[in-house]
Amino acid sequence: MDIRLVNLTKIFADKNSEVRAVDNLNIDIPSGKLIGLLGPSGCGKSTTLYMIAGLHEPSSGQIFFGDEDVTALPPERRGIGLVFQNYALYPHMTVRQNIMFPLQNMKLEKDVIAARTIKYARLVGIEELLDRKPKQLSGGQQQRVAIARALVKEPKVLLLDEPLSNLDARLRLQTREEIRRIQRETGITTIFVTHDQEEAMSISDEIVVMKFGLEQQTDAPQKVYDNPKNLFVAKFLGTPPINVFSGYVHDGGLFIGEDRIGDTNLSDQEVTIGIRPEGFEVSEEGIMNIHVKQIERIGRDMSVIAVNPFSEKDTFRFIIESDVELQENTDVKVLIKPRKCFVFHKVTEERLQ
Amino acid sequence: MVEGNKTRNFWRGMLYLSPAIILLLVFTFYPVIQTFVISFNYGYNYALTRFGFFAPYNPEGWGFANYAKIFSEGNPFVQCLLNTIIIVFVSVPISIMLSLLIAVALNSIKPLQKFLQTIFFLPYVTNTIAIGMVFSVMFESEQGLMNTFLNLMGQSSVNWLGGNPDASILFDSQFFTSLIVLTTYIVWNSLPFKVIILLSSLQSVDRQYYQAAQIDGTTKFRTFTKITVPLLSPQIFYLLITSFIGAFKEYTSVVAIFGDRAESVGSHNNMGTVVWYIYEYLKGNRSGAATTGYAAAGAVVLFFIILFFTGINKIIEKKKVHF
Repeated sequence: MDIRLVNLTKIFADKNSEVRAVDNLNIDIPSGKLIGLLGPSGCGKSTTLYMIAGLHEPSSGQIFFGDEDVTALPPERRGIGLVFQNYALYPHMTVRQNIMFPLQNMKLEKDVIAARTIKYARLVGIEELLDRKPKQLSGGQQQRVAIARALVKEPKVLLLDEPLSNLDARLRLQTREEIRRIQRETGITTIFVTHDQEEAMSISDEIVVMKFGLEQQTDAPQKVYDNPKNLFVAKFLGTPPINVFSGYVHDGGLFIGEDRIGDTNLSDQEVTIGIRPEGFEVSEEGIMNIHVKQIERIGRDMSVIAVNPFSEKDTFRFIIESDVELQENTDVKVLIKPRKCFVFHKVTEERLQ
Repeated sequence: MVEGNKTRNFWRGMLYLSPAIILLLVFTFYPVIQTFVISFNYGYNYALTRFGFFAPYNPEGWGFANYAKIFSEGNPFVQCLLNTIIIVFVSVPISIMLSLLIAVALNSIKPLQKFLQTIFFLPYVTNTIAIGMVFSVMFESEQGLMNTFLNLMGQSSVNWLGGNPDASILFDSQFFTSLIVLTTYIVWNSLPFKVIILLSSLQSVDRQYYQAAQIDGTTKFRTFTKITVPLLSPQIFYLLITSFIGAFKEYTSVVAIFGDRAESVGSHNNMGTVVWYIYEYLKGNRSGAATTGYAAAGAVVLFFIILFFTGINKIIEKKKVHF
């Protein structure tokens, strides 16, 4: 089941002001894929999810499931499963009763209900916990129960609202693999919302990056990372984050201060330059002068905190192999890998090169 | 050192608690014990009481005579007990169900919610006696609102509150019409507190439970019975226990509606409750006999009845409310 959002807009209005939570969103979500809606808090990603679920009514625009326009359909007739951020498991019911609940609403046969409950409990790996109450479960287990409850009616679309935000770091890693596995096994079109770029990139087939209700870029995670459309997307993806410098174009050359770091066919102008942390290489033939302030060795590689007067922040951070000879508080030259270096318009922050 | 601190903290705690403890000892525990003692003393004379444990008990009167007397024929206690039990088992379930429905309805509307909330709370802050008098006017046998309404509908007047000799012919119907008025009043008067308690706990229920139920296609009725009621069950049981006790102690409503005619409604019937009986007999009955012992015995009986039903409620609560 593919999903299409057409000019989807949601305006929250009160007496004094109105907020465009989602602004003219156009997204095609291919069938059977795992899609991450990604953006900082308040960017409208959860609102978008709730509109797809039918819990929020769009101010304008349409939502299509396949060829069917579901914009006016109530949530229960859309055939979706939704996993809430805090899971919303009914506290007075056992795990079994929680999972059975949607099936009982559908008035299925008793043995069908029992069989399906077991099937989905097994899929998410909680069949030994069926007679416990939600309070007796860990966060990760509650999460699985919530997923089982969403899947048990065999919906066409699975929606997850910040599915990992209530879990600790280790569980998060494990649970995201689990979500990926369940999605693969069931082949269900899945949309999940997150503010954590690593989370989104690691398991999504495609990510949709949003900012202030506007879609910024939609593509496979690696493509978005390698080819950001604008400075916001470039900054939002990647840890450590991209390093931003103010530079300029002069006579076909790209400059940061005095250093000519590359060639360009852009006309002469001031630009903003972003360089990924892995885009630096310490070398005698380096083209950019920096001052190494501090070195953090973490075994696999080495994180260098350096200073350059044209950097957006006081210091910037890049990552190189751990066997490079380097001293703290020295001036060094670095090479810039062209593929890791992006040029943005000074004002509009759109990608120029 | 640590031991010393503990002892000092204990005595400090006792010091802070002492005003309340002393007041409770004087005004609650001493009277409770006295009540038990008096209930076993026949012919105890209220008028000669001095303060202290050596009040003028009747030296020959020890035993169960008071209990035998109040349960004997001709004494209105049994009628009062019956009235009370009917009031409890009719008014408590009705008022809890009604207040639950009102709370859910109030919670589901957005405009005017605060306004309606205030309206539903008004009876709580209005004088009970005043409302009772309004009720007795509404149910007045000649020109009362209810009878006017019944007449408009083509029905004949009902002698709601008794006192009319003609009505005494129909013993039963008179009893029940009076009881209907009394129960209506009690239910109506106890709604506001329950509505407020249930409404505030409804408003603290996570909306996502309802959204989850909606997505799963749960009907309104099933959402109410399977989600709302279980989630409110701690509050419902709290209300059940407190209003059970409250209804067993019903008194003001009787006085407010029937005034001092409560014992002779319809000339045959007594609309009194157990607490009404206790007050009536505490000061000695109208012929001047010393009846304080009857009142004490009645109070002890009431105490054990309330203890019994609260115990049952607690057992059910343990079984039904857990999450």
